[in-house]
Formats: sequence, C-alpha cells, structure tokens
Amino acid sequence: MTQAKLMQGNEACTLGALAAGLDFYAGYPITPSTEIAELCAEELPKVGGKFIQMEDEIGSIAAIIGASLTGRKAMTATSGPGFSLMQENIGYAGIAEVPVVIIDVQRVGPSTGQPTSPAQGDVMQARWGTHGDHPVVVLAPGNVKECFELTVKAFNIAEEYRLPVVVLTDEVIGHMREKVVLPELSELKVSNRVQPQAPGGYKPYEADLDGGVPPMARFGQGYRYHVTGLFHDETGFPSNKGDVTDRFLRRLQRKVEKAEPAIRDYFTESTDDCDTLVVAFGSSAMSSLSAVRQARAAGIKAGLFRPKTIWPFPEEALRELAMRVKRIIVPEMNLGQLALEIERVSGCKAPVTRVSKVNGELFKPEEILAAIRGDAK
Amino acid sequence: MRTEFRLSGSGGQGLLLAGIVLAEAAILEDKNAVQTQSYGPEARGGASKAEVVISGEDIDYPKATDPDYLLALTQESYRSFGPLMGKGTIIVDSSVALSDDIKARTVSVPILQAAADDIGKKVVANIVALGVLAGVSGIVGHKTLEEAVKKRVPKGTEDLNLKALAKGFELASAAT
Repeated sequence: MTQAKLMQGNEACTLGALAAGLDFYAGYPITPSTEIAELCAEELPKVGGKFIQMEDEIGSIAAIIGASLTGRKAMTATSGPGFSLMQENIGYAGIAEVPVVIIDVQRVGPSTGQPTSPAQGDVMQARWGTHGDHPVVVLAPGNVKECFELTVKAFNIAEEYRLPVVVLTDEVIGHMREKVVLPELSELKVSNRVQPQAPGGYKPYEADLDGGVPPMARFGQGYRYHVTGLFHDETGFPSNKGDVTDRFLRRLQRKVEKAEPAIRDYFTESTDDCDTLVVAFGSSAMSSLSAVRQARAAGIKAGLFRPKTIWPFPEEALRELAMRVKRIIVPEMNLGQLALEIERVSGCKAPVTRVSKVNGELFKPEEILAAIRGDAK
Repeated sequence: MRTEFRLSGSGGQGLLLAGIVLAEAAILEDKNAVQTQSYGPEARGGASKAEVVISGEDIDYPKATDPDYLLALTQESYRSFGPLMGKGTIIVDSSVALSDDIKARTVSVPILQAAADDIGKKVVANIVALGVLAGVSGIVGHKTLEEAVKKRVPKGTEDLNLKALAKGFELASAAT
C-alpha cells in the first residue's frame, strides 16, 4: 500500500493513465479538464513521453490516433465543447480499430454552456455522438480513487479490444480532492495490444469474425499497411462489397459484446432487501449514497446501484434487482438520459422515477431523500 | 463526526489553497477529508468558494450541507453565505460590515490587516485565515498545520507562511 494522499480527480485520472503506460498526450485545455493536460505536460517528459498542445480538439484526437498507430499509448482529455469536436474522429478510431482513451470531464451544456459547473449531459453523446453503429466503451468513476482505477482499465480495454474508450467524469469528480491510497504499481494489471510476429503476409484487419481482434503492427516497424475510415477488407484497403461491410461491422459490434462480461462493473450498497432502488452514476451517486444511508437510518428500505461502466450497461445485475424492488429512482444532472437505459433494462418491472437537476449544482442529499420518501415536488 | 468548513471570498485570495492545506492536515492526523470548490469563469476576482469536509468516518457527500464554520473575507461572500448559516460559526474579516439579519454566531477578526501590517504581505491572508479557522475550530493541531503548510507553499516562502499561520492562531485565541 502506498501512503494516503489528498488527491484531485483529474490528477488521479492522469496518474492512472501514466500507470497504464501513457506515453503520448495531445490536447487542447478546457475547463474543467485542464489539470489533466497540465499534469501530463509536467510528467510525460520525465518518462520519455510526449505532450503536445494542439490547435484544437479535432487536431488533438487526430494526433492521438496517429500516435497510437505508431505503438504509443495515447490519451486526450476534454469537456463538452471539445468532446463534440472529437466525435468524427472517435468514429474513425472505431472503424480503424485504434486504441485511444478520451477523458470527458462533463460541464453544463450544450455549447459553451457553463464552463465551471458540473453536469452529466454527455451520457448519450458518449455512446452515440459519432455517426453509424460503432464500438465504444464508456466508464464512469464515482470517486477519486476510481478515477485512477478506471483510467487504468480504460487503457487496458482500449489495448485488448482495439477501440476508443471514454472515461466520463464531471466537474465535481474532476476537481474534488479526497484522501486516496493508490494501489502499488506492481499490483496493477496492465494490458498491451497484441502485435504480429513478422511482416511477411501481414493482413492488418484479419481476425475471427466472431468478435476477433486483429494483431496491431506499429507503423514504422517494417509493416506496410493501409488505414482508412472507409469500410475495408482484411488488407486494410477500401471495399464496397456488401458482404465485406456486413461482416466487418458485425465483427466490431461482436468485439464489445464478447468483452462485456469482463468490462461491466458496478457498485451496490444496501440492495439485498431494498424496496426503493436508487440508480445513479458519477457525482450524483455521491449524493445518492448519502440519501440512501439517511433513508436507512430512518427505517426506509433504500439501496443504491451505481454503474461504473455505462456503456456497456451492467444489464443483468440491474434487471435482477428491478424484478424485486418496488420502485426505481434515477437522479442525474441532465433531463433524463441514463433513465432511458434503466427503463429499457428494467423492462418496467418497477416504475422508474426521474429526478433531474440542471442548474449547475450537485444534488443535495435531501433532494434525493425527498424522492425516496415519495414527497418530491 | 462530520465537520464542515466553507471558505469564501474573492478569486485570487488563495482560499482554495487554504482549503487544500486544511484537508491535508486532517489526513496527516489520520482523518478523512474531502475538498471541493466552486468558482466563476474569472481567473481573479469574482466570488470564490472552497469547502472542506473532515470526518473520522467515511465521507459520502463531498460538499458542505450545513457548515460548522464559514470563513468570509469579503462583504459579498458574507452576504451570500452568511444567511445560509444555521448551527455554525461565522468568521469574518473585520473589514466586513456585519448585518443584523445574519443571526449565526459571528467572530470578527482583522485577517487582511494582520497579513498586510503584521506580516507585511497581503498575499498571506489565506494562511492567516487558515490559522484563525484552525484555532477557532480546534479541528487540527498547530504543528500538523505547519507541516501541511510547508508542503504546499512555494519554496522560499515557508518562514513567511509559518509566521502568518502563527498570527492566525494568535488572532483566534484573542477572538474567542
């Protein structure tokens, strides 16, 4: 065990990335994510890595995709407006199967919105912001320690399955400091992409159609191959053939489906005998946990389900709970986004009540407690 | 037991740093601590607020709900946050005009003046304030805070800041 330290969420994300082997960061500073760029600028040169401040967020994600193709572990961090600009190239990373990590520290949107205030309005954008069916994984830390752990996990998933992974935090989690004891680096699992054995006959996109992940050669290491955002066959060159397109897109989708058991993660408290289940993620879950504990102290059977992976959503675990609770309450700092997924997963076995907050402030526990008691405004 | 602090003033006064040092001192004494902040888009000026929650137990909700202590270094912050005070104590800079409408127990302390005149540097007002806050609340010991201050302030300014901290403790004992 390392020493207890007061640490900020953004700092923990950065340290997690470095622990996972980050050696290339390109970004454009934006509140409330800027501390990640600042710390990367400070730390990466010390470990032989590169930090580049780009001209904008389009350039930032393009740069990390390029860096990843050369074998680097690459990351960028941003907030809503920058995340919007990155969407096109997130699709590119998806179709070209390039491992990258994007940290989105959410603030109030749309547009420039409210730069210094928290929100959770990017839930759907993180999943569907880029067009077309595409693979993406979205992880949502619920405290500072998880910022570290889930950023490590984001790199591991990106490397193992060759896809973009989003770490979705918000202004509260990003800026809050709490007492953290980080795991020893030697205890961490760190994954690296599978590389081909020899250049001869290398087909960059040849993989088992049932969700296989092709080995990834480093550009500049003797492998000549083509990377494109067009649909392509095993050689990497574009193809217009319907069967090629169909097989390829289904393989990308299947990659994540097959990985889901390893990816899905969640936290629960007091769910064993609860009647009222609160489902919340990120900073809303901190207020929810306090509300659930206060409810229990008042003799109300409440429990908390907090997904740590939003996409893919931990469906089975929630469905099982939805079968036996009387009601579900979903507090989120948006007008109802995760609630849609929860309504789908719960299959209306228990009524779902949305509790929205969009004034740029974190929920107060009593607001959620009021919903648990059923006397919400 | 959960103790909540709200440090408020103007952006650039260093209240965020004071909050961080307070939280780190609590951790040095093996307590749990969470520090949060809220601020406007300005780099300097504008209302600024840092909050610290200290507890011997797990801290679920990171923000102050009913602060035990409010520090207000400006008239604006006193007017904004003073009326929200219930059970807690308000510590205001003596330059702030007190209002009869704000009922919470209030201690007026010459923090800004002490920094400027006694220490000779206006910028250490945040550390003077930290000493006052710790002295009035008794939440962490002087020695622990000294250690925490030394870790966070710029190299070469340690002595200046330790003097400012001691001044804060002195003002606290005079005021209570």
